[in-house]
Amino acid sequence: MAQPVKPAPEETSALSDKQPWPLWEVFVRSSRGLSHVHAGSLHAPDAEMAVRNARDLYTRRNEGVSLWVVPASAIVASDPDAKGEFFESPKGKDYRHATYYTKSEGVKHL
Amino acid sequence: MSGESATRITPGNALRPEDIAQQVTEGNKASEDVADYALRLGDDALILAQRLGWWISRAPELEEDVALGNIALDQIGHARSFLTYAGSAWGKSEDDLAYWRGESEFRSSYLVEQPNGDFGRTIARQLVIAAYQHELYSRLVDSQDETLAAIAAKAVKEVDYHRDHAEQWTVRLGDGTEESHRRIAAGFTSVWPYVQQLFEDDDLIDRLDGIAVRPSELRASFDAYIAAVFAEATLEVPDVQPAMTDKTRVKHSEHLGYLLAEMQVLAREHPGATW
Repeated sequence: MAQPVKPAPEETSALSDKQPWPLWEVFVRSSRGLSHVHAGSLHAPDAEMAVRNARDLYTRRNEGVSLWVVPASAIVASDPDAKGEFFESPKGKDYRHATYYTKSEGVKHL
Repeated sequence: MSGESATRITPGNALRPEDIAQQVTEGNKASEDVADYALRLGDDALILAQRLGWWISRAPELEEDVALGNIALDQIGHARSFLTYAGSAWGKSEDDLAYWRGESEFRSSYLVEQPNGDFGRTIARQLVIAAYQHELYSRLVDSQDETLAAIAAKAVKEVDYHRDHAEQWTVRLGDGTEESHRRIAAGFTSVWPYVQQLFEDDDLIDRLDGIAVRPSELRASFDAYIAAVFAEATLEVPDVQPAMTDKTRVKHSEHLGYLLAEMQVLAREHPGATW
């Protein structure tokens, strides 16, 4: 009868000790861009390695001239479940858009 | 390795292997000695790339798969340029040289042939080869041979990153946990016997004065760099004897044959295949 293969002691300890690397969010500014834009996320053991991993993962096709990495845990996000209440208010408030207003007669170049 | 790719983007004036191939067709031919020298540099890059490629899907994290894969691709790029130039002396293409030479015709060093081992051992090998290549290429840019100088000028910027990558990991593993320290220290002990071969001069180097970089002249700055990294990583230079190697690079470690069998099998089973 086949016996399950026992992992070597070295392997078991390495596996059980393994902590997942923290998550980092990556922002890239392209050569023609004015601001850093969220590009994605990655795992890295610390900030220095996060910048290097970001270079490998998100600038390999000449996309960027500047990189930011931010610990994902440092980002405070709005609650996706409360999308309704949170973002509903501006709806129906058309007067917040310039197109709401009719152009006065005689105004040129608008 | 050759051929057109629709997705190839080459920003700026980065020297590509295709540019070297173009120059070769226009009559830029390496002398026999220069070709033999280019073969050494190209084979080190090629064999190292083949070794590093194994890590893709096997590194500790996905991000390291990509980092080691990037480094392997950079090395493939250097190998393509050096082998294309070397081949000009014998009317051979980069593919002819990569896939259709036998073991004894390769000129790689023992170090790059060494097995990957665990991540620590691979990082140890990476730090040594990247530090060596960095010293080498940063001097080769002044070579009287313009093609070698141009290849080195592109390669040194990439190797600078390879060295940084290995340095970061050496420090983190060395000055990390007890287990990581043990593994990276064991890694350096296993690769250290193959360090000396990288810095040995021979007749070919003597004949190429002003063209080739004299390997023995790189040793002092290599040692100084390693000492600084080891100090931060709480590591010590292993106290081991150099392995019996070959300064002319005709002889190889027992690992090369197996590596070549895997690397060359596709080209040999399907000659002329393109994809």
